Formats: sequence, C-alpha cells, structure tokens
Amino acid sequence: MNQSKTTRFLINNAVTILFVILSIMSIPLSGYSLPYLFQEILTRLGRNMFLVLSLLIPIIAGMGLNFGIVLGAMAGQIGLILVSDWNILGMQGILLAAIIGTPISVFLGWICGSVMNRAKGREMVTSYILGFFIDGLYQLVVLYLMGSLIPVLNRALVLSRGYGIRNAVNLVGIRQVLDNLLPLQIAGVRIPLATYLVIAALCLFIVWFRKTKLGQDLRAVGQDMGTAEAAGIPVERTRIIAIIISTVLACYGQIIFLQNLGTLNTYNSHTQTGMFAIAALLIGGASVVKATIPNAFIGVILFHLLFIVSPMAGKELVGSAQIGEYFRQFISFGIIAVALVLHAWRRRNEAEQSRSLLRGGGARQEGQSRTAGIKED
Amino acid sequence: MNRLKQFITDFGWPRIIIALFLISLFFAAPFVDVRIDTSFSDLFNRFGMNAVLVLAMVPMVQSGCGLNFGLPLGVIAGLLGSTLSIEMGMTGTAGFAMAIAIACLFAMVLGYGYGKLLNRVKGDEMMIATYVGFSSVAFMSILWLLLPFKSPTMVWGFAGKGLRTTISLEGFWSHILNDFLAFRIGENFVFPTGMILFFAVICLLVWSFMHTKTGTALTAVGSNPEFARASGIDVNRMRTISVVFSTMLGAVGILVYQQSFGFIQLYNAPFYMAFPAVAAILLGGASVNKASMVNVIVGTLLFQGILTMTPSVINSVLKTDMSEVIRIIVSNGMILYALTRRTKVSK
Repeated sequence: MNQSKTTRFLINNAVTILFVILSIMSIPLSGYSLPYLFQEILTRLGRNMFLVLSLLIPIIAGMGLNFGIVLGAMAGQIGLILVSDWNILGMQGILLAAIIGTPISVFLGWICGSVMNRAKGREMVTSYILGFFIDGLYQLVVLYLMGSLIPVLNRALVLSRGYGIRNAVNLVGIRQVLDNLLPLQIAGVRIPLATYLVIAALCLFIVWFRKTKLGQDLRAVGQDMGTAEAAGIPVERTRIIAIIISTVLACYGQIIFLQNLGTLNTYNSHTQTGMFAIAALLIGGASVVKATIPNAFIGVILFHLLFIVSPMAGKELVGSAQIGEYFRQFISFGIIAVALVLHAWRRRNEAEQSRSLLRGGGARQEGQSRTAGIKED
Repeated sequence: MNRLKQFITDFGWPRIIIALFLISLFFAAPFVDVRIDTSFSDLFNRFGMNAVLVLAMVPMVQSGCGLNFGLPLGVIAGLLGSTLSIEMGMTGTAGFAMAIAIACLFAMVLGYGYGKLLNRVKGDEMMIATYVGFSSVAFMSILWLLLPFKSPTMVWGFAGKGLRTTISLEGFWSHILNDFLAFRIGENFVFPTGMILFFAVICLLVWSFMHTKTGTALTAVGSNPEFARASGIDVNRMRTISVVFSTMLGAVGILVYQQSFGFIQLYNAPFYMAFPAVAAILLGGASVNKASMVNVIVGTLLFQGILTMTPSVINSVLKTDMSEVIRIIVSNGMILYALTRRTKVSK
C-alpha cells in the first residue's frame, strides 16, 4: 500500500516533477545568478499570479479550463486605454481602469457563460474560439471606433491616420504603481508587497467563496449537472455566474499584469494571456477537473523559471537562443495537450469501467479501486 | 412560405447573411472602381489554393472525429515533402510529384499516430487536436533549425545552416498547377485550369472513397458509433483511417497552396492554417459531424469570396482596411455558430 501511494503520487504529479527536473538542469546552463533569478521570479509571480487564480472558479464548476479569460483581459485593456487617454495617474488610474473594466467584463462573461451553456461538453473549445471572435470585435472597437466614434483626446494615443489606437500604449502614469505602493526591499531584493497583498486577498476570497452556498452549488454542478438540477440548483445560472466571476477577475489580473510591464501592446497583450495562464496552472499539477491555489503558485514559479532560463540555456546548449524560445513554445503547447489527453483518457477509463460493471463485469476489480482512488483525491 | 422557412432554418441564418453580403459586395464593386474580372480571377485562384485544405476536413468530420483542428500536422507533412524534394534537387513536375509522394508518406505515419491518439480521447478531439497541432508546429520549428539541410536555396546564407522562414519555389515548381492549361479572357481574368482540375480530381477521389465499403462504414461510425459497432464495424480502425486520410489531404493541400503562392512558409506559418479551413467548411453548410463535397465547394467559394472582396470593396467605400477584422469575426463567428447549434447537430 505504501509503495502504491508513492507510485500514485509520482503519476499524479508527473508533469510537475518533470518541470522541476528540467528547471534544475537548465539553471546552471543558463549562467544566471541565483539572486537574479529570485528577483525575476518574485516579479513575475506578482505579475501573473492573479490571472492564473482567475481560472480556478470555472474548474470547480466543472467547466474546464476557461480559455475565455482573454475576454476579461480585453475588458481590462479597454479600461487602461481610456484611463491613459484621460491622463489619470497613479492608484486612481488603476482603480478607475478596474471600474471601467468591471461592467465590460461582466457583460462579456455573461456572453461567454451563455454561449458555453449552449455547448455543454465542449466548453473549452467553445471558449477558446469565443476568445478569437471577441478579439475581432475588440479590434473593431479599438482599431476603428476609438478616435472616430469614441472620442480619444490624447492625440499621442491615436494612429497617424486620425483614428484607432496605436500599437503600443505607454502606461507611464500607472507604471508599477501598485508594485511600488508599499515599497519593501530585503537584502537588495525588491518585493512588490501591495501586489502580493492583493493576491493574498484573492486567495482568501477563493477559499471563502468555496464555502458559501454559491460555492457549494458550483461544486455540485461540477460533479453532476443532472443531480444538481434535480436538487433545485439553477444549473445554467450558476455556470454563468462562475464564468462572470472568472472574467472579472481576469480583467483585474490583466490590469495588474500590465501595470507591472508598463506598456500595453494594444493588439497583442491579451492574445497569449489565456494560454500562458493555463499552461502555468497545469504545470503546477492541476488538471481539467481539479485545481488548487498551491497548484497555481507552484505552476507560475516553474513555468516562468523555464521562461527566463530556456533562451539562455538553449543558446549555451546548441548555440541558438531561438531554439530555446521554440522549445519554450513547444513546452507550453505540449503541456496543455498532454493535460487534456490525460484527462480525456482517465474519464474514458472511468466510463468504460462503470459500463463493464453494468454488464455484470466486476472482472476489473483492480482497475475499479484505482478509479476510486482518483476520486478520493 | 413554410417551405421557405424550412429552407432558411436548414441553410442557417449566418450563411444567408454572409452570402447576401458577398453578393452585395459584387454588385457594389463596379461603383467603387473595383474590376469584376480581376476579382473573379483572384477568387478562382484563392479557391484553388485553399479548397484541398478544406477538403481535408471531410473524412474526419464524417467519421465523427470532429473538426480537424489538427490540420497543422498534415501541413507539416507537406512542408517536409516540399523541402526534402528541393533538397534532392528535383524541379518541375517531377519535383512536385516527389513532394507529394514524400508528403503522403509522412502524413500516413503522422496521421496514424494522431489517429491512435484521438481514439483514446473520444469526445475531446477538437481541443486536443488544436494543441497537438500547435505543439507539433513548435516542435518542427526546432527541427527546421537543426535538420541538416544543405540546399543553398533553402538554408540561411550567412549561417550556412537552418532553413529560412520563407523559401521561394521559383525555378522549382512555382505555379506548376496554375499554369497548366490556364487560359486568359480579356486583360485581367486568368483561369487557373490546372489547379481547379487537380482539385476536381482529388474531390472525385474523396467522393468515390466515401462511397466504397470502407467509406460507408466510416460515415456509419460518425452517425452512430454504437450502431456501427453492433453491425460489426471496427470503430477505432475506421476513425484511424479517416484521420490518416484527412492528414494526407492536408499535406497535399498545402503543396497546392505553396505552388500557387510561390513560397514555402516554415516555422510559425502553419499555426493558424486550420482555422480558415474549418470556418470555410462550416460556412458551406457542414456541421460538426456531417460534411460533403458540396459543403467544401460552396464554403470555400463563400469564404474566399469574402476575403477577396472585402479588402478591395470595403476599403474603397470606407477608405480603411477592415478586411482582417472582418475575416476574424466571420471565421470565428462561423465556428462558434457550429459549436453552439443545439438542433440538428446529429442530423
């Protein structure tokens, strides 16, 4: 039993362990000093953690990995564009951007949730495509309507043709405002304390939320929609709420992300948001049906460690930084593919077992106890 | 009146709106000084370039594997075919034929593995296919840099190794299908006979395959896997066959695309190849598990029609280039529509 426990731990955390090994191998290759890496990781943890956490609630609701968080990211960016146009600086700017972003992301989240309700069982691919679709609308608004229909006062933001927002928006007024709100420096390492406090607050919110009535409803829906419906839980409404919360959180997450970077790539910043957040979460040991705050935390650290190290390691190893870059790309796509495959595989095995039991099987006792073990987790 | 209503529900609102939009673009064209003959010439050219790629959706959709978002895998096989053929120093028709042969070989191997994988993840094919496609593109990007290609037309001049991002087919088999029996009407209209013929032949091939015993079994698997199993069809085998076939079509499709385009595009180029093809076949009236040759032809004409006409006409009217945004909205809107259709999905 003890041995099987270890084996199970290894199997369940294979991805994470692989990444730990990969990182340990490539750190010395890259030639970066440990304090430098530590500082970078701290920065990136503050930058990305909020976005990754915004994925958790739909997973509880059984809706899988919400690729639709890009919708929230776009809402946040619209807020940021308007704020920099009105030249509102500092914390007021960030708060106002969040206030503008909130109704937009609630609306987009509602759309996303409703669309996903129409495509039960293929939520992920639907939210993924919806991200592209809304990206088209976002471009329509930002590239054509802003400056023509929607007034933009600051001409520096506008393309030379007279309308449409420039490719890069300099967020100079709110650059790292949140990070530096409570300056803290320990042994030469800067810690963005305020950002971490916001993230901690979100973690507490998620822990608390799971215990509320709504949180329990979500979990029931995630377990079995039919049973939840029979128990009187409004399934579709609950699912929409889960997505709305996720989208709004992603909106705030993107604002935190961009205030740290200091520049907004109007047409590119959001495109990778969903994929990177999801890859990070999966690397942390989460699956399509189960994700925890520690998963997010470990995942962000490992994923971004590899992010920093792999170009240099690639350069040292084969003499081309480009290969390291492609390798990182391969890892982030590959990890999502592997996680999805494992999930589908497991689910299918469970279905087959329950079917063979129905047929008076019971021949696969051993497999059955393994399934039970998975459910226990 | 009822029949009209029935027709509209069958055909679907999005399709009607887009078709009307396209027709109005054609009517508007002369008023904004866009030449109709050039537009048609463009349209046929783009149709020929993309039709085989769209056709690559059909076998997988028919066997119930969903929309083939893993098309990049076929594209990679095609890229391997053309680069290896150039490496061997082949040119002209022989080079093109060699490229197809090599590409089909790779497509068979890749498609087989891909099919086996998809058999283990029934129900989740589309999302997994997308990411399998993406990760293989990223993986191949590494290989393009590392593989020991020697041909000076293909490797970076200064480093002497690693393939270029775009490789010209000039002097190899650029336009080899386009120019075959091509004829010109007036000054601006050229009909790419060879390419259209090639598509017609492949179309016929797929059509006749679909009507063989294997093809019928394949369709049965897509319509009702339980029923198919009960009647003694090996479901997994049929699905694997369809995936191999789709991947091979994808490989040939990209070769046709390349010879018309005149360049081989490597590295990140295959990433989003699947989306326009998926959108086109859905636009043509296919659903997530039902597709026919007519869907392919109508869909490609409509989709490429929009892509041809919007830049020229809309730009002249609005004095801005909105074609890219329209393309994104139309193609992804179409995919979304198909994914969320509750009724008649299992038609």
